[in-house]
Formats: sequence, C-alpha cells, structure tokens
Amino acid sequence: MKTETAQTPVKIYPPKPDKVYFYGTCLIDLFYPDAGMAGIQLLEREGIEVIFPEGQTCCGQPAYSSGYHDQARSVAASQLNLFPEAWPIVVPSGSCGGMMRQHYPDLFADTPQSSQANAIAARTWELTDFLLHVCHIQLKDLGEPTTVAMHTSCSARREMGVAEVGPQLLSQLANVTLVEQARAAECCGFGGTFAIRHPEISAAMVSDKADSLVDTGATRFVTTDCGCLMNIHGHAEQSHKPIQGEHILSFLWQRTGEAHS
Amino acid sequence: MTARQRILQKLRERRGGPLKAPAADLAIVSERDWQPEEKLALFTQMIESVQGEVHRVDRTHWCDELASLLAQRHIQQLLIPRQHTVGQQIRDAADQAYSAWPRLRHYDQTIEQWQPELFHEVDAAITSTRGAIAETGSLILWPTQDEPRLASLVPPLHIAVLEADQVYATFHEAITTQQWANGMPTNALLISGPSKTADIEQTLAYGVHGPKALLVLILESSAPDASYKDNIQ
Amino acid sequence: MTTDTAVRDFHPRAHAALNNPQIRANFRKAMDGLMSKRQQAFEGWALDTLREQGAKARLRALAKLPELLEQLETQLTANGIQVHWAESPDEACRIIREICEARGAKSVIKGKSMVSEEMHLNAYLEAHGIEALESDLGEYIVQMAEETPSHIIMPAIHKNTGEISELMHHKTGTQRSQDVEYLTASARQQLREKFMRADVGLSGVNFAVAETGTLCLVENEGNGRMTTTVPPCHIAVTGIEKVVEKLEDITPLLALLPRSATGQHITTYVNMISGPRQPEERDGPEAVHLVLLDNGRSDIYQDDELLDTLRCIRCGACMNHCPVYTRVGGHTYGTTYPGPIGKILMPHLIGLDEGRHLPSASSLCGACGEVCPVKIPIPKLLVRLRREAVDGDQLHPSQMSGHGVKRQRFEVMIWQSWAWLNQHPRLYRLATRITTRLRKLQPHRLGAWTRYRTAPRLAPKTLHEQMSERQRGKPLAEVKR
Ligand code: SF4
Repeated sequence: MKTETAQTPVKIYPPKPDKVYFYGTCLIDLFYPDAGMAGIQLLEREGIEVIFPEGQTCCGQPAYSSGYHDQARSVAASQLNLFPEAWPIVVPSGSCGGMMRQHYPDLFADTPQSSQANAIAARTWELTDFLLHVCHIQLKDLGEPTTVAMHTSCSARREMGVAEVGPQLLSQLANVTLVEQARAAECCGFGGTFAIRHPEISAAMVSDKADSLVDTGATRFVTTDCGCLMNIHGHAEQSHKPIQGEHILSFLWQRTGEAHS
Repeated sequence: MTARQRILQKLRERRGGPLKAPAADLAIVSERDWQPEEKLALFTQMIESVQGEVHRVDRTHWCDELASLLAQRHIQQLLIPRQHTVGQQIRDAADQAYSAWPRLRHYDQTIEQWQPELFHEVDAAITSTRGAIAETGSLILWPTQDEPRLASLVPPLHIAVLEADQVYATFHEAITTQQWANGMPTNALLISGPSKTADIEQTLAYGVHGPKALLVLILESSAPDASYKDNIQ
Repeated sequence: MTTDTAVRDFHPRAHAALNNPQIRANFRKAMDGLMSKRQQAFEGWALDTLREQGAKARLRALAKLPELLEQLETQLTANGIQVHWAESPDEACRIIREICEARGAKSVIKGKSMVSEEMHLNAYLEAHGIEALESDLGEYIVQMAEETPSHIIMPAIHKNTGEISELMHHKTGTQRSQDVEYLTASARQQLREKFMRADVGLSGVNFAVAETGTLCLVENEGNGRMTTTVPPCHIAVTGIEKVVEKLEDITPLLALLPRSATGQHITTYVNMISGPRQPEERDGPEAVHLVLLDNGRSDIYQDDELLDTLRCIRCGACMNHCPVYTRVGGHTYGTTYPGPIGKILMPHLIGLDEGRHLPSASSLCGACGEVCPVKIPIPKLLVRLRREAVDGDQLHPSQMSGHGVKRQRFEVMIWQSWAWLNQHPRLYRLATRITTRLRKLQPHRLGAWTRYRTAPRLAPKTLHEQMSERQRGKPLAEVKR
C-alpha cells in the first residue's frame, strides 16, 4: 500500500573503518584504471585497507536505465555477494554509486535478495564523499600553481548529494585555484544510451558544457564521473576546444601523492 | 453506465488497492511570528515589488489624500460603493469639498445594463477589502452586490482601501481566521498588484487585461491603538 | 484536427530546432531567467519541507479521489454549478458544444487551459461553427500564428518581440514595434471588444476544492477573471486529478505553484469561484459549468508508481530546468505537454506506441525531479516507461497497454549477451584484458558517439589486472600513473 511520497534517504556517515570494499566500475576498469588506482592509494594513505573483490564487473546501470531490468537484475545479483563483510563499499563514480545506493532497493523489491540489496545500498559511498566526510582527509598540495574547473556529474550531484564535496577537496589544495563554470548544475549530455539514441541533442549539450568550461579560463577540468569525462573531454578534443579533462581522483593523487615526495 | 459511473468505478476498483492519505502539517505555510508593524512593512514591500502603490493615511482625512491622488491622475469618473462606508465617506467628502472631485458613479445596475460605460468611461474604481496578506503582498476581496466583481477589474485604475489592523501574516491565517471553509462567496479574490504579463519575450508589461495601476490606501489611526502598543513591546 | 501523431517525427524536429539559432537563443534566455527567478523566490524557505507538504496535499487528494470527486460534484451542484463527466477528449468537446448550442452561443472566449489544448477544443469548435478565441496574451499570439503552445505556462516563449510584432502587424494591423507595452496595449484593446461580445467564457482550473465546491484559478493578466466574469456563461474544464480535499490544502500548493513556475511569490490574481451570479448580484456569469475529463488519468491511477504523475500541478518548472527542453524547445516534442512532464504524461494520453520516443529523450540528469514542487520522481518514471516500452521486467510484469512496443529481438540479444558476460567474472576479465591488448586496433569511429567526440582510449591494463599484479607482489612502480 502506497502511503508516502518518495524521500531521499538521509546520509549517516559511518565512523572511519579499517577496511573498505572498492568497487571500480566498468568504465574505470577499461578506460581510466589510473583514476581507480589513485582512489585506492588515497584510501590507503588514510590508513584504510582496500579490498578489491575480484568478481566485480558492472553494477547493472546501463541495462537498468534502458529499461532492461531483467538483465540489470541478473548482473546486479551477481555483484551482491561480493561484499560479505559489513565494510563500506566505496565507488569512484556518482553514477554507479547512485545505481547501487538509490536503485538497487527498487530493482530487488519483491525478490529474496531484497534485504541484501538494501543493506548494500546503505553502505555504498561515493569515493570523494567518503574521503572528505568519513576519512576527514587533509590534503597537502605538492604541485605547481594551477587553475582548474570542476564538473560534478548529475548523479553525483543529485543521487549521491555530493555537489559540494569536490570543490571542498580542491579548496584544500593550496596551489590550486578552482574556477566555477556558468550553469554548473547543468547536465553535460552524456546520459549513457542517451548520447547514442539522441546524438544531436547530446552533442548540443556537451558543446555548451565544454564552452562554459573553456569560458572559465581554465585549461583543465576535473570530474567525478568517467561518463562525463569521456563525453566532455572527447568533445573538446574532437572540436579543438582548449580544455582537457581528468578524473578528480587522479588529480588529487597527482597533487598530493608520493610521486612528489 | 454513464461516463461518471464508469470513471468512478474504475477509480474505486483501483488495481493497486486502497491508498492511505498522508496527514497534513501546514506549519510551513502558517507559522509566522510577525508583529503588526512588521506585517504592514512586509505587505507594503511585497505589493510594491509588483508595481502596487501604497499610501498609509490617517483615517480622519484619508479622503483628502484620495482626492489629491485622483487629481494627480486626472481621473474623470470614479466608481464607488453605494453602501459601504468607503463610498459614504467619499460622497460626504465630495459634498463638502472646495476642489473638484471626479464624477462619482455607483454600480447600481447589472453589467448588461451599463457594460459600455463601465468599459469605456469609468477610469477608476475604489473598493473596500477584507484584509490583506503580508507574506505575498495580497489584497483579499469578496465582491458583493455593492462592490461587484468587475469593479476591481475593468477600470484602468483600482484603488483598494485596507484597514491597517486587517493584515494577516499568511493566506493560511486569513482563511482560517475568517473561516472561509464555512461558506465561500460566489467569488473570492486575492489581488497582488496591477494586471501584468510577461508573455512577450519575458518582458513585463502592466495593464494587459485588468487595471494598469493599483493603489492601496492603508487606513491608520493617528494615535496607535492600545493593542498595537502591547504587541510592539 | 491537429493531433499528437507527429510525435514520431521527434528527431527531424529536434534537428531543425537545434540548427535554428533564434529558437536556441530564445529558449536559453528564457529558461536562464526562469531558473534564477525561481531560486530567488524560494530564498528563506525550507523548500524541501514545503515540497513535501505540497506532495502530501496532492497525495491526500489522490488517496480519496473517487470520494472527493463526488463531494466536489455535490458541493458544486449545491452552489449552482453544473458538473459534467467525460472519459475522452471527444466526449468533453461534445459536452461543451452542446452547452454552447443550447445557449445559441456563437463565440467562446478562452482563458488559458492546457486541458482544452489536450482536447484540441479550438479546432473542434471552429469545425462546428463556433468561434474560439484565446485571450491569454501568449495563447492569443500562438493562435494568431496558427501554432500550438511551446510551454505550458508561457505559450509563446519561442517567439521574440520582433516576430510577435510582425505577426500582430499582419493579422491585426497593429503597427510594427519593439515596444512590448505598445503591443500589449494593442492586444488589450482588441480583446476587450471580444470579451464584451463573447457568449461563453472557457477556462481551466488549477485546484478544485471538494470541501467548499470552489474552482481556483491563478493568473497574472486578468484575462482569466474576464473570461470567468464577463460572458453570461462560464465553462471550466479540468482533469479529474485536479481536485483537493480541503480549502487549506491549497495553501502549500499556492505557495509552490507561482514560485516554481515564474519565480513570483504569488500571481496577480487568485480567482476562487464557488457559484454563478446570484439574483441580487450585478455581474458574473448566470451559468457555470465544470467539465471533468478523464482521458487516461484513471489508467495512470491504477498503478502505485505511475500514480505520482497525477500529483502534477502544471507549474512548468521541470521544463524550465530541463537541458533537453532548453535545447530543442517545446514544439519538438509534438505533444500538448512538452518537456519532462510531457514525457511521463503523454504516453498515457496518446498511448505508449505513439509516444514511444518520449521516455528515451532524456539524459536522466534529474534536474526535473529536483525542482518539481510536488516531488514527482520524474527520472524514475522515465525509467519505468522505458521498461514498459521494452517489456523489460518479467518479475514486475508490464501494466500499461501498449507495453513492449519498443522491444526488438536484436536489442534484447545485445543486453542478454552483455548480462551473460557480466555475470561471468572470469570471462569478463579475460574479455577486457584481450580488449586492452588490442587497443592499437581500436576503431576511431564509433557511430553516433564519434560524430561529436573522439573515442575514449582503452587503457593498456585494466584495473583488474593492475590489482591482481599488485596482489601478486609486482611493484607498484610498474603501474603507469
Ligand atoms: S511535473 Fe512537477 S515540475 Fe513538472 S509541471 Fe508538474 S508539478 Fe511542475
């Protein structure tokens, strides 16, 4: 029986754990493993042991968003057993994090895995959020002075509620100037299969997004999600717009990591 | 079966089963802690932000103020209520005046009997109000036989008379205090500024179908009454 | 009759709109303005609490919908307002025509009503020899241009002043001018004459209060009040979902609607109508009718999830914040209701088949759901409709008629293979490993993607590989950073 309006579950940050599960996501695995490694090393530097379940593949989000819930569920079900201990699951992506935290409960409603899915949803965290609010990370900037812009993905912003996190982490970096793009909250036009089904609309969106990043004067932007990264960076590259993208985790690790020590 | 029966039956036999109604908690639109002077100030600020013009006047000589406002605007014909004290006081003032008043008119006939005159000749109308809402800068009007619906709509200038102690904090407070749910008039109105549109390229233009200007005369007693003083402390 | 059949031409229309700099500029400017005004209007409000109460007020009404509709009818009838019920747009059109014919009415002047757009009422009345004239300035412009509204709140938002001036010059002889005041005054003059002569005034309804039998209309121009006051007969049309239980239920909704729609704290007029002219009264219509239209709403009502669609108060905030709508404009959708609300509502009104492209035309960015004053989870409903369209969930069988219209064997096969691979971690690792080894052969062209972007480059080693090497003790230095 339906009684209430949908409510975003309140985030209650756990105390800093000894161990976490790292859920790498398929885009990081194939295209941006550096960002994944950077995230792992940032966690380890905080004294956290990172467990990387070998059986991880994909969270199921592409099929889910396309309406193929049977397929999404069977893939997601194969991931549920990867996290047997009660440790937090950290994800270097707002989009996959959002899938696990917000959509797993719906996807597994009325199934035997329902309570398992709910439990996993409750301990899934977007990685930058986790670094800032659970690890209380203190970043020491070792890099040269530079200016960057930031694009927070829509899922990181709206599903994971971490719009403020990236800028706060960047503000810890003494030599980094963060410049804000116009219409920061606007979508870059990726949207998974949207970019394929509606290529022209998607292109118009990413073009505007790249332009507003260029307009900040920065030549580099960082982002929370690989989808936005390959979309915006790829568009800028193809149309020779003077801006390059990078995953925020790679950037944070480069600025503060042992490479500099 | 009629359409009515079919629709209702379909709704009743809802596939998802019965629905539970969530309880209301309207504190967010009702609980305000504003003193009378704050409410007046907020009302004024809000209605002025949408091109309303507010004049706070002493009730003993508000008609003088009105006369000069009308003269400034070269009003030729003013529609006034016949029974309401607002109308009576204007008639008295006009009778005793040294200077010229506009021609005073009353809405004594049905609209059909004088539509062309109302639409083309009357250039201002004055009405009473049932109070106002501070939060949104709104006047409350319940048109009556004495002050019909079109009085506040058709003439290019609408002047509304508001008693200073009749400003409610919120719409919620107004409808609960005045117990609207116990009996609504055929027409109840909230009016917040003159008629306007932004339909042409988001550019504001006033006076599209209704009045081009709205004046609010807030009637105050020169010696603030006791209850006000108590509240202010 | 103009119908929604043009829905399927979504792509060509999107193409045209995207390549029309005027349209792009008009919408961008308008939407930017509306977004910032909305934000300012809610400053100082606990917006989430307010939206929660707005959602609850609507849900309260929906929970008791059949009872409230009956109560509304009883109250309205007692107040002297006649109530009519229509299952389909055609039926609603016929009811209105019959009311007009019984009065010998030849002209109808209209206030803004999206439900009448949904019914294509103007075309119907014209076909039956009854003039239907729009009086809302935006609707008036759109009608002159023989177009349909491109936004539910600001129908002529796709046009700029120059275009409107040109149009008014051709149709009404108004002098060409960039002066909006002048153009507005000219429209006022022409429409006033029409108001004085119209036989019937037709309006929509924003909230119908069951408790008191009251029809609430919000508007800025005063044409709504003219429409419902000057002609001798007033006909209001509305969807069956527009009822609310108590008068006080409109208070959170009234706080939300104008702020969400146009960033106003309140509209110039809130017009609450509870009856026709009484014998002692001197103006107002002598007859008032309410036509309640179903048109697919009772189907939506059957389903717990889809039900949320019916909470909508038609504020338009979802379109103002939609990056797709901002790019392609309202006409591209080819539907009465464009933008996000259109995408979740129209498939029920015109069928999932006819509206099959609507749910996919979204990046699921969530901006709509974030601003919706009654918290409709629009992205979730879009996903639900996508699932219905491909019949993608055997566990939760599809409920809508027309489900599965987009299911294609080839696509199903792709997703099945995808799912199979991702359920076999060893194979997945092998496949991704091989893929990275073949990165030199990676094609530079990937269909639609690389028309506007370079292809993302495969990494030399997957994260899986790097992690397993690390576990086997290979030093980190080998891992390229
Ligand atoms: S769906 Fe929500 S935001 Fe969109 S028009 Fe309806 S109420 Fe407004």
